[in-house]
Amino acid sequence: MAERYREKAFVIRQEEIADGVYSMWLKTDKIVEKAKAGQFISVYSQDGSRLLPRPISICELDRNDGALRIVYRVVGKGTEEFSHVRSGDIIDVMGPLGNGFPKKTKKAFLIGGGVGIPPMLELAKELSCEKQIILGYRDELFLTEEFEKLENTDVYLATEDGSTGTMGTVLDAIEVNELEADIIYACGPTPMLKALKEYAKEKHMECWISLEERMACGIGACLGCVCKSKHKDGHTNVHNKRICKEGPVFLAEEVEL
Amino acid sequence: MVINLKVDLAGVTLNNPVMTASGTFGSGVEYGEFLDLNQLGAVVTKGVANVPWEGNATPRVAEVYGGMLNAVGLQNPGIDLFVERDIPFLKQFDTKIIVNVCGKTAEDYCEVVERLSDQPIDMIEVNISCPNVKEGGIAFGQDPKSVETITKEVKRYAKQPMIVKLSPNVTDIVQMAKAAEAGGADVLSLINTLTGMKINVHTRKFALANQTGGLSGPAIHPVAVRMVYQAAQAVAIPIIGMGGITTAEDAIEMILAGATAVSVGTANFNNPTATVDILDGIKSYLVEYGISDINELIGAVKG
Repeated sequence: MAERYREKAFVIRQEEIADGVYSMWLKTDKIVEKAKAGQFISVYSQDGSRLLPRPISICELDRNDGALRIVYRVVGKGTEEFSHVRSGDIIDVMGPLGNGFPKKTKKAFLIGGGVGIPPMLELAKELSCEKQIILGYRDELFLTEEFEKLENTDVYLATEDGSTGTMGTVLDAIEVNELEADIIYACGPTPMLKALKEYAKEKHMECWISLEERMACGIGACLGCVCKSKHKDGHTNVHNKRICKEGPVFLAEEVEL
Repeated sequence: MVINLKVDLAGVTLNNPVMTASGTFGSGVEYGEFLDLNQLGAVVTKGVANVPWEGNATPRVAEVYGGMLNAVGLQNPGIDLFVERDIPFLKQFDTKIIVNVCGKTAEDYCEVVERLSDQPIDMIEVNISCPNVKEGGIAFGQDPKSVETITKEVKRYAKQPMIVKLSPNVTDIVQMAKAAEAGGADVLSLINTLTGMKINVHTRKFALANQTGGLSGPAIHPVAVRMVYQAAQAVAIPIIGMGGITTAEDAIEMILAGATAVSVGTANFNNPTATVDILDGIKSYLVEYGISDINELIGAVKG
């Protein structure tokens, strides 16, 4: 039975929630039913000059309404096009793609950096364990209040310019607030993931990180988005796991960053 | 109206002329979730070598206007795993199996082709035109003498009809087409990707780790049509046309230029059902123009 679908999604609403950061709710038939935290969807351009779908992580799922939310930053012409989409428009999407986060019961850090923050929101909702959320921003905040609204959840912030929370990185926030946990779930820029991988190794913590890479097919056929892995991959039997298929979430010790 | 979509490639009858382009479709497992593989004329697999290849560093893909660059570098599981896993998978379907073969040396190609000789596959496609690997690939495909030599050598081991896939990165495609035919190729396929480059002006770095990559997609379609036409004028063997085919019109255009069958590649990334959508469009075209046999269109461009 198919687990992934190409669908025409109905745009419920879209708003700019920070400078260049957009939140879009989409109504889909089948994707929402199968999707879980840490998976992503491919969003297709309507402009024939831009062929490749943009992989965007799932920020939230509303199974009752068959709706899913993506939060993304405008970084080029494709995302620029998406930012102009309005309520009532139809866009082509495919999903759910990738593996998603494993959900354990250990006391957890949920760590998001920049546009790596959105997938942590659905994860926070799906995880029933004790959790502390650490969010790292350059300066302007987004989604913070939505994390703070969640029950049994402590939220800690770090900003590069120190305008809110701890000045510095998510690791600085962990140190300043003397936080402890047994497992890390993280998504964000590579330098952040590298630092967390080191930190987890030092503290003997289980650490799950979500990676990104330029993709083409999004379903594991083109081998465009591989990363170097400790164990052999399921496709080629070398050490090249496909981020779109075996990932995007990996045990930190499993992948080279 | 009864329409015949069957076409013949060196004695192999395809249910229809729509195939997949090597490297864009794996061995069909992933796309099988989105379309019925039984509907395809043939599945052309991703290139397979004698041993597993890790391929190039990432980024391996970049989008460009109307197309994309790739430098995957022929990552593949090697013939052993391929024979064990991919061929049995494809045998479940009523489609022809064409195995694309890559190598670093002539011996590599021969070894893979020999391994395939007792396999239940329909054809072999020899890739002498990959621009993304340092050894082999295109090194064999840019000089008519070496095209003829490698074709002749590999052909000695081939039990199935052999397709030679040509590179567009040459001064004269006609010379290469003739050389492959002289070497004993049963069918030609063209074009592979055009070597390109993209630089990110913000980071001032190459978009691809490999610096150069193969350009594919609608941007290269007119080049492909021209080369298929020229090759078709010069050789007697059938041609599989590919290069940016995205719509049924693109496919028809390629057939009018002289292709017996067509391969759909990059379009799959934009639309996972591109192949079957194109097939449906071809049927509609035939109905619209009252043509009962697709073969009537092959090379039928009016001079």
